[in-house]
Amino acid sequence: MAEVNSVIDRWETGSPSSAVEIVLQINGATRTLRIEPRVSLLDALREYLGLTGTKKGCNQGACGACTVLAGGERILSCLALAMQYEGAQITTIEGLGPDGVLDPIQAAFVEQDGFQCGYCTPGQICSAIGMIREFQDGMPSAVTPDVSADARELSDEEIKERMSGNLCRCGAYVGICDAIRKAFKSEVAQ
Amino acid sequence: MKNFAYSRAETVESAVILIARQANAKFLGGGTNLVDLMRENIERPDALIDISRLPSGSSGGIRELPDGGISIDAAVRNSAVANNPLVRERYPVLSQSILFGASGQIRNMATTGGNLMQRTRCYYFYDKASRCNKRTPGSGCDAIGGFNRMHAILGASEHCIATHPSDMCVALSALDAIVHVEGPGGKRAIPINNFHRLPGATPQVETNLAPDELITAIHLPTLAFARNSRYRKIRDRASYAFALVSVAAALEAKDGTISGVRLALGGVAHKPWRAYNAENTMLGAKADRQTFERAAEAELSDARGYGHNDFKMELAKRTIVSVLNDLAQAGGAR
Repeated sequence: MAEVNSVIDRWETGSPSSAVEIVLQINGATRTLRIEPRVSLLDALREYLGLTGTKKGCNQGACGACTVLAGGERILSCLALAMQYEGAQITTIEGLGPDGVLDPIQAAFVEQDGFQCGYCTPGQICSAIGMIREFQDGMPSAVTPDVSADARELSDEEIKERMSGNLCRCGAYVGICDAIRKAFKSEVAQ
Repeated sequence: MKNFAYSRAETVESAVILIARQANAKFLGGGTNLVDLMRENIERPDALIDISRLPSGSSGGIRELPDGGISIDAAVRNSAVANNPLVRERYPVLSQSILFGASGQIRNMATTGGNLMQRTRCYYFYDKASRCNKRTPGSGCDAIGGFNRMHAILGASEHCIATHPSDMCVALSALDAIVHVEGPGGKRAIPINNFHRLPGATPQVETNLAPDELITAIHLPTLAFARNSRYRKIRDRASYAFALVSVAAALEAKDGTISGVRLALGGVAHKPWRAYNAENTMLGAKADRQTFERAAEAELSDARGYGHNDFKMELAKRTIVSVLNDLAQAGGAR
């Protein structure tokens, strides 16, 4: 269905095709492509660049499966027009652990069974990496008792709240939480 | 999604010129609402002017004003506002309200100006098989008499009962934020509580911003007792859901008497609902539960339900009382 949707997205016409050339920075490489302005970053990655690790779930910002990192910040590539991210450093799941060595978050997901079918996993992992960076930058959350205070702990309650933009329909949430908590603890320990 | 022409504005001046030059053009901020509505073919602009990269001034676009208030440039992302030390310390209700909205990913994309410009909407607005006066003016409203659990209880009309979904704007309403805009006719400042509109007979017109005007910044006026402020959101699941009811409040009391209070509600109206009636009953009264209950009754006296959302009237009252009680105990009752 996702394939069909993206083909419809590409071919539904309303005005004449007006593809433009854009340059994207994906996983450290410069990629030039011709796209219409209506192409989302998600479709640019999957349909134009063959980077199918990033998944299309709902295509409307509700599920988080399409999460990638832009300049290190987690975003939803389905609600992003590719044009808007010209020049930004985009990291997808393919860009993590580039030398065949898993990123610590990836390794923790494997170790803690942080998935079942795996469809939401690339988004969960990119989201977790962005989330930990936000936490380390001092970002409070909706469950933080005092947003004006600086010190806080990445409790399970905090992890659940901060990861609420990523759905897992298999229900592997317990393993996902374990993976994030353990990866964060070992990162802090180092 | 219909195709469109894309251009990127480097300055406010060029953005204002670009939108005046093209027919059926819209500004594009983070895109988290507009792109979604375009994909559903509900919004069908012929041109987008990308304003998400407009320069954000010094200090990351958030800076202290000479009078002690804060200025937030329109392109600053929601997450950057929520994590700003000045905002967290002086206006915790604003930081909290943002953190209760959407998801981490969306807060990283959405801009301050875009949050104000997101559509007031309901599921009938999205469902093109339904009648909706907002989507197709004059067609009718299927939410009235339909499934209206999420809908308005205050200020609605026979034409539309949708609610404004922003959490951030509820806090801005309580804080009396000023929206700075610029258009072909020059600059002007719009108080947040005059920015959004009630539906009346024209629910398709949601703000008092002209189509060729651009939001450039939001100013938060000085409000010392905003340090004792908070946001509470009641929703159907623990996170990442629109408000059934939300409350933004700030409270100051001296010798047990209320000397300053701000109260605004979300999830109850077509716009962020500033609870002036409730505030008026509280000023000078004792900072206790009876006062808060009387204030909640005063604000909700004109409320009406549409069937599935009748529960919101009682829920709003209880949430108001609960938040004000917490604020009285937290330091408002010195």
